[in-house]
Amino acid sequence: MKDKRIYSVNVENRAGVLSKVSGLFSRRNFNIDSLAVGETDDPTVSSMTIVSSGDERTLEQIEKQLNKKLDVIKVKTFTESQCVSRELMLMKIKYNKNNRAEIMEICEVMKAEIVDMSLHFMMIQICASPEKIRLLLEMFRSVSIVEVARTGTLALAKCSENEQN
Amino acid sequence: MTGADAIVKCLEIEGVKNVYGYPGVAICPFYNSILDSDIRTILVRTEQNAAHMASGEARISGKPGVCAVTSGPGATNVITGIATAFADSIPMIIITGQVNSELLGSDVFQEADITGAVESFVKYSYLVKDAQDLPRIIKEAFYIASTGRKGPVLIDIPIDIQNQPLKNFHYPEEVSLRTYKPTVKGNTAQIKKVIKELNCAKKPIICAGGGVFLSNADDELQKFAEEKNIPVVSTMMGIGVLPTAHPLYFGMVGNNGKPYANKAMNDADVIIMIGARVADRAVNRPELISNGNKTLIHMDVDPAEIGKNAYSTIPLVGDAESILEELTASDIDADYSEWVKELTKERKAFKPSRKPSSKYVDPAEFVRQLTTDMIDGSIYVADVGQNQIWSCANIVIGKGRMLTSGGMGTMGYAIPAALGAKIAAPKRQTVAVCGDGGFQMSMCELATFVQHDVQAKIVVLRNGYLGMVREYQHYTYDDAYSMVKLDGDPNLEHIAEAYGFDYLRLDNMKDSKAVIKKFLSDKKNVLLECIVDPKDVVKPE
Repeated sequence: MKDKRIYSVNVENRAGVLSKVSGLFSRRNFNIDSLAVGETDDPTVSSMTIVSSGDERTLEQIEKQLNKKLDVIKVKTFTESQCVSRELMLMKIKYNKNNRAEIMEICEVMKAEIVDMSLHFMMIQICASPEKIRLLLEMFRSVSIVEVARTGTLALAKCSENEQN
Repeated sequence: MTGADAIVKCLEIEGVKNVYGYPGVAICPFYNSILDSDIRTILVRTEQNAAHMASGEARISGKPGVCAVTSGPGATNVITGIATAFADSIPMIIITGQVNSELLGSDVFQEADITGAVESFVKYSYLVKDAQDLPRIIKEAFYIASTGRKGPVLIDIPIDIQNQPLKNFHYPEEVSLRTYKPTVKGNTAQIKKVIKELNCAKKPIICAGGGVFLSNADDELQKFAEEKNIPVVSTMMGIGVLPTAHPLYFGMVGNNGKPYANKAMNDADVIIMIGARVADRAVNRPELISNGNKTLIHMDVDPAEIGKNAYSTIPLVGDAESILEELTASDIDADYSEWVKELTKERKAFKPSRKPSSKYVDPAEFVRQLTTDMIDGSIYVADVGQNQIWSCANIVIGKGRMLTSGGMGTMGYAIPAALGAKIAAPKRQTVAVCGDGGFQMSMCELATFVQHDVQAKIVVLRNGYLGMVREYQHYTYDDAYSMVKLDGDPNLEHIAEAYGFDYLRLDNMKDSKAVIKKFLSDKKNVLLECIVDPKDVVKPE
C-alpha cells in the first residue's frame, strides 16, 4: 500500500546540502515525487519540501534517515490533509481564435492568471494545491502546451494554537 | 602558524598518537609540520590499508583512528577503507590533501571530488575553505566520529589552506552543532516497558552486536546476563561480548552461525537485540523475529536502525552501556533457569558434522588450538572468506577481542587492522589470520611491520582458491568454477624470507600443537602457512 507523505525539512543553508539530501533518497531507493528548496526567514536555514510515497516502513525510514543527516536541523512530517500545500506552475500554450475564449474561461474558473501573451502564445500562471494543478493540466489536454515549469510542492502544517518553533 | 601546523596541534590536543598515511604533494605541508610533533607517522604501502590500520587502532583504543593521504588517487584509494569502517561504525578521522582551492573544479592534476565521492560512506565530511576554521572543524570532526553511532569523518584540506597563516589559534572546548544531538540515555518509559516484558518472559535471549563493544558495554552486558540469568547469542561483530566458554553464551547466529544459536532465537519469546543492525547475514528472515509471536526489544544508539530491517515491539534508543546499567539495577526477578537448561542441552547435543581430511590442516581444529593457546586478552584479527567463518565458529576467546570486517566483508582487512591493533596495544598478543587471497591483497604491508618495528604474527590458511566463492560455486553452479583458482601464488617461504620474517609451515594436524607454540612464542615477525584442503567447505555437505 503506497501512501503519500510530505516532509518539511529545515537544513543548514550551505553548499552541498541539497546534493546530500537528494543523494540519500537515491542511495536508499526512496522516491522523490517533488522537491522544492528555498531560504527561510533565517538566512542560515533553508527549507526543503519533499513529497515522497511508499509503504509505511519506507516513509518512517525516510524521516529517520533525514534526521540522521548532520546538516538537517528539523524534519516535520505530515500527510496531505494535515497541511496546506501549494505549487506554482507557469504554462506556455499555443492558442487560436477558436479556443481563446474557452481558455480564458477555464483560467477564470480555476483562478489562473494570464501573465504574458503574444499573437499565438500565452503564458498562464497558477498557484494552487497540487491537486488543482493536476486538474488544470487535465483541462488543457486538448490545447497544445508548449512548455511547463513547476516549483514542486511547498507545504506547511496547518495552523494550530499550540504552535512550536 | 600555518594551517598545517594548526592541524597537527589539533591532533595533539585530541590525544592522537599515530597517523597512518601516504604522502603526495597536496598533503606535504601537513607531513612537514608533523615532523616537529611527537605524533608517530606510519607510512603504509597503499592508502586503503591506512584506513584499515586506523580502524584496528580505533577498535582497540576506543578513540578515533587517524589517517592522512594526498589528493586524487590517494584519496580515492582510501575509500574502501572508509566504507569498511562506516559499515562497522568505527570512529575514524580521514584527512585528505586537496589541490589549491582556486583550482577546485577545474580537473587539474590529482584532483578528485573526494567529499562527493565518499558521501554515502562517511558520517560527515568537510571541505575546508579557510584555515581559520580548522580548529573548529577538527574539534567537530572528532566529536562527530566518536559520539552517537560512531563512524568515519573526512576532512578535505586544499594545499593553500594548509599553507595559509593562522591569525590566532584557539581550540574550542565544546562543539555547538544545532543539527547533532545524539541520544545517550534510554527513555525511562521504554526501559520500564522492557522490565515489565522481561518479568513476564519465559524464554528471553540477548542478541549482542558490535555496538556493545563500541559503547564499551561488554562488561556491563555480562553483568546483566549473569545477574538476571539471561542467555546470550551474538552476531559476528559481537563475538567476544561474553567469553565463548561462558555457560550463558550460545554462539553466533546467522547463516554461518551455530544451529543452536539460531534455534534459541527462534524459540525465544523475547529477543533483546543490542547494538545490532539485524542485517541479512545475522537474521536471514527478519519477519520471523518480529511476527507478533515474540517481543523484539531493539536497543541501538542510532534510531534509524530500529525498524529498518525488523519491526520492533519496544524500540529503545540510547547508549548500550548506560541502558544496561539501568537494567542490571532494575527488579527483574523472573526465573529463566528452565530455558537456560533447555538451551544448554541443545548446545551439548550439537555435534559438528565436519569430516576433515587428515592429509591437510583442519582449519576448524587449528583455530580452536591456536586460540586456546593464545594468551587471554589477546587480539585475533580474522580476514574475510572461509577463514573468517572458521574463525568465528571455532574461536576460543575470554577477555580478548576478535576483529573482522563484518559489515562490508573487505578482503585484506586482517593484516593492516592487526598492525593498527598492535600499535594501540603493543603488549597484547595480536594474530592476523587470512586466506591466501586476502593475504595477497595486503601482502605489501609486511614491509610496514618491518619499517615501523611492529611485531607481526600472520597465519595464512592456504588452499590455492578463493575458497568462499569456490564453495558458493560448488553449491550453486555444480562445481562450474569461474575466477577462483589462485594459480601463480608465490612461494610464501620466500616471501617471508624476503621481508625478514620467520617462516613456519603446517601440512597437517600432526605437529600442530608444537608449531602453534613456536608461532606464538616467536619474538620476531612470523608467518605461518597452513595447507588446507582445497575442497574443504564451511557449510557441511
